[in-house]
Amino acid sequence: MNSESRENTPVIRLSDICYSYPGGPQVLKNLDLCVMPKDRIGILAPNGSGKTTLFHLIMGLLPPDQGTVEIFGKPAVTEKDFAGARKRIGLLFQDADDQLFCPTVIEDVAFGPLNMGMSRRDALETSRATLSFLGLSEFEDRITYKLSGGEKKLVSLATVLAMSPEVLLLDEPLTGLDHDTRIKMFSVLRDLDLTHMVISHDLDFLTAVSNEVYTMKDGKIMPDEDIHLHRHEHAHILGHMPHKHKHQ
Amino acid sequence: MLEEPFAAGNSVIHRLDPRFRTAAAILYCIIVASVYSFPALGLALAVSIVMIRLARLELKRVFYRLLIVNGFVAFLWLVLPFTAHGGVVYQLGPLSLHEKGLLLAAAITIKSNAILMAIIALTATMPLAALGHAMNRLRFPEKLVYLLMLTYRYIFVLEQEYKKIIRAVRIRGFIPQTSVHCYKTYAYIIGMLFVRASARAERVYGAMKCRGFTGKFYSLAQFRASWKNYVFSCLITIAAAGIIVLEYFPHE
Repeated sequence: MNSESRENTPVIRLSDICYSYPGGPQVLKNLDLCVMPKDRIGILAPNGSGKTTLFHLIMGLLPPDQGTVEIFGKPAVTEKDFAGARKRIGLLFQDADDQLFCPTVIEDVAFGPLNMGMSRRDALETSRATLSFLGLSEFEDRITYKLSGGEKKLVSLATVLAMSPEVLLLDEPLTGLDHDTRIKMFSVLRDLDLTHMVISHDLDFLTAVSNEVYTMKDGKIMPDEDIHLHRHEHAHILGHMPHKHKHQ
Repeated sequence: MLEEPFAAGNSVIHRLDPRFRTAAAILYCIIVASVYSFPALGLALAVSIVMIRLARLELKRVFYRLLIVNGFVAFLWLVLPFTAHGGVVYQLGPLSLHEKGLLLAAAITIKSNAILMAIIALTATMPLAALGHAMNRLRFPEKLVYLLMLTYRYIFVLEQEYKKIIRAVRIRGFIPQTSVHCYKTYAYIIGMLFVRASARAERVYGAMKCRGFTGKFYSLAQFRASWKNYVFSCLITIAAAGIIVLEYFPHE
């Protein structure tokens, strides 16, 4: 595949997706979504509107009742298709305790790289580099369950980034974080320059790290018109941080 | 809740390779469990005490751990002397105290204490993660190793969820008492814990799949065995041989 066509191939394309939890109401209804390379999408939607479900469908953790999932231009149906896709798409779970399951931090970060077939040495090197990129070098031998909530979240992010994904799916990355960790999460996302989709309830954060903000309604995903109107270019001190304007 | 009070330390035993210690503990325990003569058991007890001393553990804590096992052993003392027939020592009304039973109870007491002390000295002196890695390297079944590691990881999360539920019932005025309402509440609490644990397990498995998990675990741990480990292996082998000799080739 040449670079030209690669740039025009959607990284994620969902068509006519329906999903309902067993015995529950339909969460996603004929949902269509197309994510192009370099897209930075923010999703702002009420609880229970199916945001997390959407991410889990993309990762192949839940099978859609109807519709097709295409990842990097190829239809993904079987577990094998998704296994390939998961190496290129990283999902940060809402609850860090779901993501971190190894006794120590370094083992957890190296888990993905080792699964990708890296040698023990390369996996360690990659994991250390990732931890140091996130400023977590001294956490290497810490016991995961003893970390604070914010630390857990950053280590979770490290476990995802260690697999050098091309696309990031972040499920409420700011929940439960203190001010400093929020700033860190924000600057990491800004510096990474990956294709990403971020679920958050924090509008300032979303507009700062995304170039499009979507919302979910009636089981569908759509651009959020109201927020679009608000987007503007500006430059002032601390302008790169999430902030509020007085006239808003 | 779960602490590892013995894992921190810098004694001779703490510095030994976890693989050697785990293997030695298993071998030693199997041998001690299979001997019954008092000279052999005496030596085993002595060796275990020496190992506890070498590990420089807080004796009070070791003692409390031993108490738990000896609680069970106490029941044997209540039953065995009266049921294992052979050589009446004392007649207690309708009950007769048998020598065979007394000796058996004594042997089991020494044996269980020797084994427990060896386990404490050799394996409780390493963090559970190290034990898991050592077991992995010693080719224990993988499922067993990861069951242990994941249990260790998530038992704290479950504890937190349990505490959360308990807090939730307490702030709404729940007081444990003997009533149907109380039993029902406890049944709900336990049920809710199971539901949460299974939902958690599903999410963890999903997260593992997202990171390319296909059923095979890779271990990062690397062990390097220094000469001290071989000396230790020799010593424990000699001790084990001594126990066997005393068991099968008595002096008389």
